[in-house]
Amino acid sequence: MDIHYDEKELAFREEVRQFIREKLPPELAAKVKSGKRLTKEDFLCWQNILSERGWLAQHWPKEYGGPGWGPVQRHIYEEEAAAAGAPWIIPFGVGMVGPVIIKFGTKAQKEKYLPRILRNEDWWCQGYSEPGAGSDLASLKTRAERHGDHYIVNGQKTWTTYAHYADMMFCLVRTDPKAKPQEGISFLLIDMKSPGVTVRPLLLLDGEHEVNEVFLENVKVPFENLVGEENKGWTCAKYLLGFERTGIAGVGQAKEWLRQLKAIAAREKNNGKPLIEDPSFRARVAAVEVELMALEMTNLRVVADAEKGGAPGPESSMLKILGSELRQEITDLMRRAVGPYALPFFPEYFDTDQPIDVGPEYAPPLAAQYFNHRKVSIYGGSNEIQRNIIAKMILGL
Amino acid sequence: MNFELSDEQRMLQETLSRLLREQYPFETRQKLLQSPQGFSRELWHRYAELGILGVPFSDEVGGFGGGGIELMLVAKALGRALTLEPYLATVVLGGTVLATVDSQRARSLLEEVIAGQTLLAFAHWEPGERYNGAILSTHAQARDGGHVLSGHKAVVLHGQDADRLIVSAMTREGVATEGIALFLVDPRSPGVTVRGYTTIDGLRAAEIQLESAPAELLAAPEQAAQAIDRAIGYGLVALCAEAVGAMEVICELTLEYLKTRQQFGVPIGKFQALQHRMVDMVIRLEQSRSITLLAAAHVDDTGIDRDRALSAAKALIGKSGRFVAESAIQLHGGIGMTWEYSMPHYAKRVVMIDHVLGDVDFHLDRFSSLMEVSAA
Repeated sequence: MDIHYDEKELAFREEVRQFIREKLPPELAAKVKSGKRLTKEDFLCWQNILSERGWLAQHWPKEYGGPGWGPVQRHIYEEEAAAAGAPWIIPFGVGMVGPVIIKFGTKAQKEKYLPRILRNEDWWCQGYSEPGAGSDLASLKTRAERHGDHYIVNGQKTWTTYAHYADMMFCLVRTDPKAKPQEGISFLLIDMKSPGVTVRPLLLLDGEHEVNEVFLENVKVPFENLVGEENKGWTCAKYLLGFERTGIAGVGQAKEWLRQLKAIAAREKNNGKPLIEDPSFRARVAAVEVELMALEMTNLRVVADAEKGGAPGPESSMLKILGSELRQEITDLMRRAVGPYALPFFPEYFDTDQPIDVGPEYAPPLAAQYFNHRKVSIYGGSNEIQRNIIAKMILGL
Repeated sequence: MNFELSDEQRMLQETLSRLLREQYPFETRQKLLQSPQGFSRELWHRYAELGILGVPFSDEVGGFGGGGIELMLVAKALGRALTLEPYLATVVLGGTVLATVDSQRARSLLEEVIAGQTLLAFAHWEPGERYNGAILSTHAQARDGGHVLSGHKAVVLHGQDADRLIVSAMTREGVATEGIALFLVDPRSPGVTVRGYTTIDGLRAAEIQLESAPAELLAAPEQAAQAIDRAIGYGLVALCAEAVGAMEVICELTLEYLKTRQQFGVPIGKFQALQHRMVDMVIRLEQSRSITLLAAAHVDDTGIDRDRALSAAKALIGKSGRFVAESAIQLHGGIGMTWEYSMPHYAKRVVMIDHVLGDVDFHLDRFSSLMEVSAA
């Protein structure tokens, strides 16, 4: 057992670092580091750079275009990318539907979709949640009925992240309303340009347009867009959920935010001294750092273990809980670090270069980020659902 | 980076675990606890035969040649069996001091320790200074070509069992260089009073009063500082790993209880409030394993990263151990409060580990003082 990086890993880290230094546009890194909102073009800019290098599909097997990385390499990439201010990789295509198509898709589906994902030609979104089906996902009501050589889909999806950018949606639909909830669901790929698809924005509490409602009215979907067997969509969904949670510990991002938190607290003053020297504030920062050091090891241990057994299992639920709570704690400390200057809110800060003439320059995004990150303990299966999964799947309760 | 144990490491772990499974059932432990000695001499000799007493020491002194990871594996196994033997006092603290001190005397004494012939206690901390070993009242004076010590050492683990005490004391110019030096004291010497007692977690400790007690210089200040630092580092790894082993058992017993105890016509593990608390216990255990591994992997390094890892580990273990212990008692209800059941004894040990070599506050404070803050 040796938890130090070996020479190959150190060389890999250097390679990643150098690649990012050369290729990441400084203005994009500056946007990420100052908490600005990224546009579709911003995300695609970085993903195209990664694609060109063959580093986009980090979880895919090599024969499908993955880089052949193990958990340690992925961890190193994540850490270096976050430290440099690279945008996160939008997971819906490469991280979610990609692995499902690789596992359950037909030859034709693989040939059609996988190269397009690798080249960032399709932006995917995830059609899972519905107004009446959140944590109880299996109660979803969107219907798909056979009609000639296609399905007719009717229903409504919600909380659909970046549906307004998406070309394609992978979607859970009910194909057998008489079966038990989990047994009548199918996994469909829907072209967002199909007639009958309507996307409506849902603004989040920080004013950001990130998620949407998606209305499906008599949308025609060809049979060839069914992934896996009809009524076996829940199997795909569960498989995907494991993948959804692997990067979810967010260790690289948490480390970068912790650095930012310390930097802010070093510049803020309390009783005439830097806030970071205030014993009670400093102790809270220290407690977060201790937890993060442990999480980094837990993440590597769980992911390395999962690697041996193929797809990540219910252990990833643990990473989701720990990673989300920790990042929430850091955003909380960042908000508190700027004191009263957490209050002023300038919506234009997030989408423009317009300088803000109020408060320290690092303050404007902090409270919004805090509120925005309440989502991380809700999405991808709320932390309470994750605890249910652990109780059932790991503990056998 | 590689999380697999080597064959040698796996064998070490399995050998010790098997011995403890066979020889150390909870009932045996409880009988030992009530015995005058408080632990098993017989088992101590078995440890010696298996090489367990030499695990963290180099081959040259007759050790196993292991480092932090091997010590972690041993201490975790000892924690799972809730053992009572003076492994921490004799091997981890005392032995590491001897292994660090480069002298013929230290080497021959260490050989006796590894062979199971000599028990040690590390008499360092003093009343009124809690976990801070940097300020000592105990002082050494030159007398008749040797030294005598005077002072009071607090809660010396296994102080009444030791054949030799390793005592820290302030020296002045003329005795050695000024600072904290280490001495060997025979507890049977005139001027040494050992007031032994049991601790709430079933172990033994003693108050040790020294009044011009004859002492043999073991290490002058510079080397003593290094030896104390190394011993405490190893001690922290051993305590964290012991806590992890004990927490594992606590979680296993609690899970078993949730599946068997029936209330309202169902096993109580069907209730979500209890399930989620159990899940949180398991998550704390997982984080504890991780941070202990980090500390064990860094304990043989030097520099700030080592000290940060050690304090991070002890702080996280203190906090997590308390959560696991309290939750286990709560989830068990009344039975979790009883003397006859094993789990509460594990819970006591896990909580009391926070009181040895520095608690959550002490180590969070130390971690905090070592925290890197990069410029904005």
